[in-house]
Amino acid sequence: MPEDINAELESEELVPPAEPKAAHLPLDRAIETQADLSDEINAIGDAYARALKDGAEPETQPRLDYPPYRSSILRHPTKSLHHADPETIELYSPAFGHQDVHALESDLTIQHNGEPQGERIIVAGKVLDGNGRPVAGQLVEIWQANASGRYIHKRDQHPAPIDPNFTGIGRCITGPDGSYRFTTIKPGAYPWKNHLNAWRPAHIHFSLFGTEFTQRIITQMYFPGDQLFPLDPIYQTIVDQDARDRLVANYDHSLTEPEWALGYNWDIVLTGPKRTWTENEAFGTAGDSSEEAGE
Amino acid sequence: MSTKLVPTPGQTVGPFYGYALPYEKDNELLAPGSPGSIRLQGTVYDGSGQAIPDAILEIWQPDSEGRIVQKTGSLVRDGYTFTGWGRGAVGNSGVYTFTTVNPGPTKPGAAAFISVAIFARGLTNRLFTRIYLPEDTEALANDPLLTSLEPERRTTLIARRDPDGGLTFDIRLQGEGETVFLDFQ
Repeated sequence: MPEDINAELESEELVPPAEPKAAHLPLDRAIETQADLSDEINAIGDAYARALKDGAEPETQPRLDYPPYRSSILRHPTKSLHHADPETIELYSPAFGHQDVHALESDLTIQHNGEPQGERIIVAGKVLDGNGRPVAGQLVEIWQANASGRYIHKRDQHPAPIDPNFTGIGRCITGPDGSYRFTTIKPGAYPWKNHLNAWRPAHIHFSLFGTEFTQRIITQMYFPGDQLFPLDPIYQTIVDQDARDRLVANYDHSLTEPEWALGYNWDIVLTGPKRTWTENEAFGTAGDSSEEAGE
Repeated sequence: MSTKLVPTPGQTVGPFYGYALPYEKDNELLAPGSPGSIRLQGTVYDGSGQAIPDAILEIWQPDSEGRIVQKTGSLVRDGYTFTGWGRGAVGNSGVYTFTTVNPGPTKPGAAAFISVAIFARGLTNRLFTRIYLPEDTEALANDPLLTSLEPERRTTLIARRDPDGGLTFDIRLQGEGETVFLDFQ
């Protein structure tokens, strides 16, 4: 796998950084400080708190329109999402199995010849649907920065060291109880160009499938107690504190392994499902079924 | 089982998915040039009409007979098995491409469509939409989703047929001609 990744990076055309460097920004953006951004973030937070007090329903997902995350300004739909009842294909999910994912792909610390730098951790939990049922035999993908906060991506120009022993990509297939488990390195915080002195809290990107395509989600897992939470416009795209807390893993000493790695637990709850399940579907498939759905 | 759990929020895919999510033949649901294969392509635009270079799409569709396939092997394709699912990042010019088949109607008279999930830097949560085939106008006229939309918004969900038999479906995240995005909850 490391060879493939390097090959891809070599062949990729040189692309400009996703955001220009702060020093090259037009003056009006360059002078946007964390204080400016925090004012905006706090104003939105205060307005939401007032709305809650006035009886508004708590929000559970990020806002698509969240101006403090500057890249969202031109990329959010302005019309409300159109409610639709999922039909046919949307009520099923692609099937993944052990043909797709090798068991060793869940250990991000053994993909090269040597041990990566940083704090070894175990991240484990369950993928559940909205009824609390395990999502069995489904694909989980993760990617992350290394311990110094650097991604192996050409667009990441953060002058922190690349770790030759760490790529930061993992995959697994959930067990019959919806469980997943990764061994990795605790990622570092990293700077980005949203505003001057913008830093992302340490996070691991998670990509998840359910039993229906409507449950498809990509999100980020954070670590408890991060001081950057109130400052980060991406974490703050979720305006509800209870909802944000759902992205923060718990330190779990029962997952910690002596003289080896610290353990974090994080369960993921998908929406729905909408389809009526049979007992078979709920508990039977281990991800290697090859039948066709009867539609 | 009756207790409803609150779903975990989504977050943006960010700028650095490019070394993690793409994989070999990710956008080839079958081999280019094989019998029945078509090119599905399009451009993803932002609210200023600029093509965006950092979006990634997933498609999920029935086979050409309208059957929903539940076969593994989308990540490690064997070259023969149609799994119905693929992933394609846009290139630097904002264009995505898939090699796939025309989906069949899942039941007689139904409008055939491809389900799509869209992820991008700057997009705080994934978006869903549908790509309808343009030909069966009667089926389109009776489709429950399409009939619930204003006529000019309806057209944003219907692909154009290309001279080579392929499909073009552009996605406009914001502004004039904004694509209809779906909420299933």
